[in-house]
Amino acid sequence: MRVDSIKNGIVIDHITCGKAMQIYDMLNLDKLDCTVAILKNVSSNKMGKKDIIKIDCDIEINFDVLGFISPNITVCIVRDGKVAEKKHIDLPEQLTDILHCKNPRCITSTEQDIHHIFRLTDRENGIYRCIYCDTKA
Amino acid sequence: MKNLIDILDLSTSEIEQLIDTANDIIDNPDNYRKKCRYKKLATLFFEPSTRTRLSFEAAMMELGGNVLGFSEANSSSSAKGESVSDTIAVVGGYADIIAMRHPKEGAPLVASMKSDVPIINAGDGGHNHPTQTLTDLLTIKREMGHLDNLTVGLCGDLKFGRTVHSLIAALSRYSGIKFVLISPKELELPSYVKDAHIKANGIPCEQTTSLDDAMEKLDILYMTRVQRERFFNEEDYLRLKDSYILTPEKLKNAKENMIVMHPLPRVNEISTAVDSDKRASYFRQAKYGKYIRMALILKLLEVE
Repeated sequence: MRVDSIKNGIVIDHITCGKAMQIYDMLNLDKLDCTVAILKNVSSNKMGKKDIIKIDCDIEINFDVLGFISPNITVCIVRDGKVAEKKHIDLPEQLTDILHCKNPRCITSTEQDIHHIFRLTDRENGIYRCIYCDTKA
Repeated sequence: MKNLIDILDLSTSEIEQLIDTANDIIDNPDNYRKKCRYKKLATLFFEPSTRTRLSFEAAMMELGGNVLGFSEANSSSSAKGESVSDTIAVVGGYADIIAMRHPKEGAPLVASMKSDVPIINAGDGGHNHPTQTLTDLLTIKREMGHLDNLTVGLCGDLKFGRTVHSLIAALSRYSGIKFVLISPKELELPSYVKDAHIKANGIPCEQTTSLDDAMEKLDILYMTRVQRERFFNEEDYLRLKDSYILTPEKLKNAKENMIVMHPLPRVNEISTAVDSDKRASYFRQAKYGKYIRMALILKLLEVE
């Protein structure tokens, strides 16, 4: 199968197998006009299988979303057909307005205009908790 | 400016200072009668409370300050749909310090983010109740003489019991602490409290459904009420409300110098026949609440 290489854009590599669609949704990539390729179950020496997303335009990416959904992701910024920048994304310390608290007793369920913030409380197990009520994400 | 939202906002040395100040207030009340002259405390109680609100108000009055506020959401503008942020923005213009109780977890944290004056969390749903914890720590210090090397039994509603969560967080920072968690399965301590404090600090902890089995090991027995207002389902409340009832009979196996604590109000979880036992500390505990809140108000208002 052939997917053209991109000239100016972003390659999100080393996505945990099966997580590409979740990233696609959370980054709102469906709103883009440019070409977006989702590659699933790509063979990888390091991971066995992985997903890749290629975005054929230069957009602002929320790295916290990437780190939260699939830690150890690599983001390559491509300019003029070459990798201009490479970033390894780890679990972010804090997630702001990415998730909503599920606890009906949490103040975020009623208060308007406040940021929904989750903090990393257990890096080993990737556990985030709501800063307002401590409920697990 | 400092707020008190979570007991862990205070270091152990700050807690010790507060306990020292509270003890000094108990010994020398006259020295403190004018400390907060011309200062105002707003008590914003979006959820009913008797002792917490009254002890805050008594504390401010004994410091020579004034008090304003409301004691239920229906008599506040939140009944008209006002947000916590807006209420705080307004009240902050009228008062020097705010004590707030709210049924929603995290409401005082939201208030502290918007406020120009110190905010004290006077209880947010089933989440935290740090001034009760300060009261509990002062009680333990006065009754037992120390805050370390204690086996602490927590009994009743450990799931929604915010006083229990805050007390565990606070005591987990002292050495030689052991916890015995006594509750029905449905009201067990939430895993986040266990993970964040008990496991993280490597504290020995035993979980049981039997108060009788635990009794003889305990230095402190902390009883709690099964709270009707925390249940969405009345049936569950009725099934669980009488899980543990402390009687003089049950205290027979307890240590002579053990103390029984309770954040109050009690319903029937401690028989009134226990009240005359010298180990029953809960009414003294309620009284200490006023003194530690006086110490806290002085600290947050930075009054020397």
